Amino acid sequence: MTALRNDATRLGTDGVTVGYADRVVLDNLDVAIPTGVITTVIGPNGCGKSTLLRTLSRLLKPRQGTVLLDGGDIARLRTKDVAKKLGLLPQTPIAPEGLTVADLVARGRHPHQSWLRQWSSDDAEVVAKALHMTGVADLAHRPVDSLSGGQRQRVWISMTLAQGTDLLLLDEPTTYLDLAHAIDVIDLVDDLHEGGCTIVMVLHDLNLAVRYSDNLIVMKAGSIVAQGHPSDVITSDLLRDTFGLQAKVIDDPVSERPLIVPIGRTHVVSKSDRHRS
Amino acid sequence: MTTAPDMHRGVRVGGWSWVWRPWNVLVTAALAALTFLVFCVSISIGDFTVELSAVVRTLVGQGERVDEFVIMDLRMPRALVGVIAGVALGISGALTQSIARNPLASPDVLGITGGASATAVFVVTAGGGAAIGGAAGLSTAALTGGLLTGLLVYFLAWKKGIDGFRLILIGVSVSALTQAITTWLLVLADIRDVARAQRWLVGSLDSRSWPEVWAALWVMAVLIVVVLVVSFQMQPLHFGDDVAAGLGVRYSAVRAVLLLSAVLLAGVGVSAAGPVPFVALVAPQITMRLTRSPVPPVVASGVFGALLLIGSDLIARTVLPNDLPVGVVTAIIGGPFLVYLLVQANVRRAA
Repeated sequence: MTALRNDATRLGTDGVTVGYADRVVLDNLDVAIPTGVITTVIGPNGCGKSTLLRTLSRLLKPRQGTVLLDGGDIARLRTKDVAKKLGLLPQTPIAPEGLTVADLVARGRHPHQSWLRQWSSDDAEVVAKALHMTGVADLAHRPVDSLSGGQRQRVWISMTLAQGTDLLLLDEPTTYLDLAHAIDVIDLVDDLHEGGCTIVMVLHDLNLAVRYSDNLIVMKAGSIVAQGHPSDVITSDLLRDTFGLQAKVIDDPVSERPLIVPIGRTHVVSKSDRHRS
Repeated sequence: MTTAPDMHRGVRVGGWSWVWRPWNVLVTAALAALTFLVFCVSISIGDFTVELSAVVRTLVGQGERVDEFVIMDLRMPRALVGVIAGVALGISGALTQSIARNPLASPDVLGITGGASATAVFVVTAGGGAAIGGAAGLSTAALTGGLLTGLLVYFLAWKKGIDGFRLILIGVSVSALTQAITTWLLVLADIRDVARAQRWLVGSLDSRSWPEVWAALWVMAVLIVVVLVVSFQMQPLHFGDDVAAGLGVRYSAVRAVLLLSAVLLAGVGVSAAGPVPFVALVAPQITMRLTRSPVPPVVASGVFGALLLIGSDLIARTVLPNDLPVGVVTAIIGGPFLVYLLVQANVRRAA
C-alpha cells in the first residue's frame, strides 16, 4: 500500500490473491507500476506472469485484495471507463478471416463509441494516426490474415493504440516472432514509451527484457523476488535461483545494460581449454 | 477499393453516425428488393394466377375486392409466415455463428431445431394433436421445446464462459439425442399421427392463418429490436473474449442476451414453418460472401433467409412436382450455392 501512495503510480495491486479452482497463482501480491516507463514481468514458465498482467487488466478477478487504477478499485469501475484508460493486448489474438487492417484498428475505438455514435471524425483521425505510428498505414486494406507474424503484431498494437490510452498492457508481444521481427516489434513498443506511454509487458526473452525495460519485475511461484532497474536486478545468482539457469552476466557491448550469456551443458569452452590455446 | 489509408467514411444523420459501407448497403438493398419481388410473385401464383400489378395494387390498398380476398385472406399469410420464418432463421444463424466464432454453429447444430421437432412430434403422437388446440398449440410446443433444448445446451457448455467448440460438440450430442427421441416416438405412434408429424417435420408453409402471422411477427419484431441494439456490443466479440474485455465489453452478458435471442428466433422460425433445414446455416455464410464481410452480417442474413425460404417455397409449388416440402428445396438450392461460393473463393486465392 505504501508504494501506491507514490504519485508516480497509476496502476498497482494491493494484497492481491488470484487462483484457479484450488490452486493459488498469485499470493498476496503488492505491485506498483511506475508511470512513464517500460515495466517488464519476467519469470520461469508457470510463475504467474500472465496471471499478474491479466489481473492488472481486470480480466481476472482477485479472490482477495484490489487492483487500483488512478486510486480507484478497478473492479468497481465501469469496464468501458477502464478501457478508456488502459489498453490491453492479449496473447496471440485472432482476427476473423478476411478482416482488413483498417477495420481491425478501427475497432480499437469501441470504448469511445455508442450505438448512436458509431463513427466520428475523431475516430477517423485517431485510427489514421495509430496506423501511421505503427507503420502499417500502407497495409490498411490488406486482410490481417495475409500478413506476416511481425506485421500482424504491429496491427494489433495499432488497434490497442487506437483505444487512445497512455497505459498499455502487452502479454508476450513477441511470441512466435523470429528475432528480427521481435526486435522490430519491441522497438515499436519503445517508440510508444518515448511518446509518453506507460507500458507493462510480459516477455520470455530475458535479454530483450533487460535491454528495453527500465523496470523489471522478477517472479517465481506467484511471488515477486526482485524488482528494479535491470542493472541492479540481473545477477547470475538471481538467474540461478529464479530460473534454474546457469549464466554469466556481462556488460552488453552495444548498450549500457547487462547481457545474459547462458551456460548450457555442452559447447562451453572450459578454462583449461582456453589456457591451452 | 481505393488506396487511401482512411477507408472509413462516416455517415451522419443529426447526432447519429455510422461507418458508411456502400457495398454492404447495396447488396442488402438488392436482396431486399429481390425478396419483395419473389414475395409478390409467390402471392400471384396459386390455383389461379393474379396479375403481378394487381398484387402490388392490393398490397398498397388499392386492389379490387376479388383480388383482395384471394391475396389478403388466402395467400398473404403463407407468404408472410415464410418471410418471418426466413428472417428469424437467418438472423438466428448469424448470431450463433458469431457467438461461437464458427460457421458450423447454426441452430440446427446447437440442438434448437431438434428439440423443437421432438417436442412437436411428442405433442402430435402422444396428445393426439387436436386436443392441444391444433396448429397454434403445436407451434407453442415447438417453440418451448426449442427454447428449453437451446438453454440446456448453453448451460451444459458453460465452463467459466462459453467456448465455441465446446458449444458445438454439446449441441451435436444433444441434437443426436433429440433425433433419437423423435424417431422413437414415430416408431411407437399410431400411423395417422405419424403422417401428421411427418408433414410438420419436413417443414411446410401450407394453410397458414392471420393469427399465426401476427403472433410470430410480434415476437420476431421484439427480438430484432433487442438484437439490433445489442449487436453493436457484439462487434468486438469476433476477436475473442480477452480483446473484447480489453475494449470494455461485458462479453458474458452480451453473449447471453444474443444467444437467448438466437434461440428464441430459431424457435419462432421453426414453430412457424417447421424445422426447415439449412436456412440458418447457409444464409449467414452466403451473405458474408455477397457483402464481402468478414463476419456474418445480421440484417443481410435475415433478408437472405427470407429470400431463400419463400423462393424455395415458390419453386416447390411451381417447378417441382406437387407437395414437395420446402425444406427439400432450401437444401437443394442453398447447399450447392454455398459450395460454389467456397470453391470460387479458393480459385481466386490460388490465382
